[in-house]
Amino acid sequence: MADHLLEVRDLSVEFHTAAGTVKAVQGVTWHLDRGETLAILGESGSGKSVSASAVMNLIDMPPGKITSGQILLDGKDMLKMTAEQRRQINGKRIAMIFQDPLAHLNPVYTVGWQIAEIMTTHGTAKAEAQSRALALLKRVGLPEPEVAMGKYPHQFSGGQRQRLMIAMAMACKPDILIADEPTTALDVTVQAQILALMEELQHETGMGLLLITHDLGVVAEIADRVVVMNGGRIVEEGGAAEVYRNPKHPYTKKLIDAAPGKGAMPEERDRSAQPLLQVENLQLSYGAFKALKGASFNIMPGETVAVVGESGSGKSTLARAILRLEEPDGGRALYNGKDLVTMGARELYGLRRDIQMVFQDPTQSLNPRMTVFQLISEAWVIHPDILPRAQWKERVGELLVKVGLSREMAQRYPHQFSGGQRQRIAIARALAMEPKLIICDEAVSALDVSIQAQVIALLEGLRREFDLSYLFIAHDLPVVKDFADRVIVMKSGQIVEEGPVRQVFENPAQPYTRALLAASLDPDPEVQARRRAERKEALPA
Amino acid sequence: MKQFIGKRAIASAVSLVGLVILVFFLSRLTGDPTDLYLPIDASQEMRDQFRELNGFNDPLIVQFGRYVADLARLDFGQSIREARPAIDVVLQGFSWTLSLAAITMTLVTIAAIVIGSLAAFNVGGVFDRITTFFSLIGASAPDFWIAIVAIVIFAVNLHWLPTSGTGTPWHWVLPVAVLFIRPFGLILQVVRGSMITALSSPYVKTAKAKGVRSRPIIFVHGLRNGMLPVITVIGDQAAGILNGAVVVETIFGFPGIGKLMIDSILQRDFAVVLAAIMVSALAIFIMNLLIDLAYALLDPRIRY
Repeated sequence: MADHLLEVRDLSVEFHTAAGTVKAVQGVTWHLDRGETLAILGESGSGKSVSASAVMNLIDMPPGKITSGQILLDGKDMLKMTAEQRRQINGKRIAMIFQDPLAHLNPVYTVGWQIAEIMTTHGTAKAEAQSRALALLKRVGLPEPEVAMGKYPHQFSGGQRQRLMIAMAMACKPDILIADEPTTALDVTVQAQILALMEELQHETGMGLLLITHDLGVVAEIADRVVVMNGGRIVEEGGAAEVYRNPKHPYTKKLIDAAPGKGAMPEERDRSAQPLLQVENLQLSYGAFKALKGASFNIMPGETVAVVGESGSGKSTLARAILRLEEPDGGRALYNGKDLVTMGARELYGLRRDIQMVFQDPTQSLNPRMTVFQLISEAWVIHPDILPRAQWKERVGELLVKVGLSREMAQRYPHQFSGGQRQRIAIARALAMEPKLIICDEAVSALDVSIQAQVIALLEGLRREFDLSYLFIAHDLPVVKDFADRVIVMKSGQIVEEGPVRQVFENPAQPYTRALLAASLDPDPEVQARRRAERKEALPA
Repeated sequence: MKQFIGKRAIASAVSLVGLVILVFFLSRLTGDPTDLYLPIDASQEMRDQFRELNGFNDPLIVQFGRYVADLARLDFGQSIREARPAIDVVLQGFSWTLSLAAITMTLVTIAAIVIGSLAAFNVGGVFDRITTFFSLIGASAPDFWIAIVAIVIFAVNLHWLPTSGTGTPWHWVLPVAVLFIRPFGLILQVVRGSMITALSSPYVKTAKAKGVRSRPIIFVHGLRNGMLPVITVIGDQAAGILNGAVVVETIFGFPGIGKLMIDSILQRDFAVVLAAIMVSALAIFIMNLLIDLAYALLDPRIRY
């Protein structure tokens, strides 16, 4: 059997924790060859990152333990090497980049120093490392590379920081680049640029690329082969297009079915009635910075209006201004004809129960020291007229059932639930107020795809049952396509386009909307291949 | 930066004024020093003369006005006990204490950082357990007890070191050693905790993925980040010694500012007490400013 560049054979890793032994990966086998891109696809807890960490010797032992298997680099078992031999491979032959580049760059050293360090560590002279670091910064497309050398990580944007990480990883011309969720925290247009950069560099150097991701779209865009993981085991592997078209394992099928963006877009609604919320020329500044430069739109009863845009576009500020969590500088927000912006504290207090908010991170927005019962019934403590105390227990149970949990869970604490369950609790808490409008600020962004689909279905069901309206803030366009009636596109604090979802997705009027849509990745590798070809044709012109 | 220092100076000056007023009047409450300085059979005439000479006959508010007026001319008053300017007495004592603090804190800082970092690199290992055990004992042992036991063992029984006083470098060994123990235990624990956090951070993971060797991972990548909380504690402990290591200075008969302050209070040498407090306060102000500057020096995200 011919040797692969990198081969993981029958690898099993355990972690010993206070709660018992966790078998993170069990008997995992995969390989990577020169010039190819292998994606390891899985949801959180699937063990998709563990084998890559084992390759890089990044598993802390204890609590981790490799119980069986081999990791072969050019046919030599890395697990039998000394620590010093492993160290010499790291960075030089195999390099790695991570999801959150701000946390993964040392905050107190200049980026020039940090890039040069990987070369000096592996024996390059200091002056040579410096000049090569500068060349790398130019290559990954950072503006003003000479100035950038002396700057610190916090002085760059998220996309620039990932470019820095890539420059660092490429410094010693590695044979293998491992990228662990490299674009997950980035905006779609930046994600497209980073993926394109990685692909270019792969063509230049012929390195093998190992991509760890939860995102079918990323797989479709860049991977040749894919390994699907669930519960620490590989459930399926094969060519990326083949696996998407012809999934064999039920889990793969479920994952592909859950991928958003395939639902039918609704027809335009009748909008002649009195709007539930009328926002007119709403403005908000942070000091001299105008975060919101006059936004106007309507939400009808029972309607879902999605706000899309990249980070810093002002979409969260819009929500905060409507709720008066920040004081707007000007404009109006009429709720059933009454202006929220000029409303007195007492009247606003009464209206708070009509407009509820669900946040992105349920781990942070649920008080860890309160039980689910306390979290949900807190609404009735604040607004005692909603429900007499005698009925609280019954109603909490009903709400939990409504969001797909069970009555017995009322006495548990948030940490005893998974991320998706916690978001359901947050939704139940919002429903306890019997609101008319729920503002969801990236409410499903942190969830795994299959859980995301369930939460969206839950929101959709609740809308029909209670005739709720949603203001749905999201950066993920496929989710918006499935869920929204209308779409507002924001850029630099302004609404650049607004319309029914079908019109915006199929006939975008603005170049910015078109750019956003073009950068958004489709889970179907064939669609992505077609788009890539179109992009290549467009380039020379 | 200049603006930051200016603001801090003004804020500190306000607290200093309050402190001077408080100490001036509180110390007057302790009673009349005349009885302490004149023989028990001194005549009423001599007593009146002593009071007149030191200005104790005027109303308190007049005495305070005179003190402030003198202070404006940088005259801190006369020490009754030593019959020379109070500020000279204080600066002499302060220079002793400053040397003591500088020597002790340099040793403490180096030892705590090196040992704490190495302990953090292998949490739960033998080295970590041993250092944790001894540093906890050090951090919780009462210094007066250690001082006395150390005198009994090393000075009285073994005759290796002098019991007290100054003169030779050997006189410094016991005071420095006793002062060393508690800050060392405390700072070592802070270094260890802060380095454990730094060494488990994502950027250290990146450094490992880059193939960086263990020593630079600890002392280059980890330490500069881990130092930030440590600096605050180092400053705090140094300020404690600067403020007068009262117990240790008294036990070892070390002529520092701590011993001077105790003696002056007991003797109601008001001018010296006030001057000592002002010098200590100024030293602590400078100390805190240095800590803030060290923060900005270590962490580029902090700019004043």
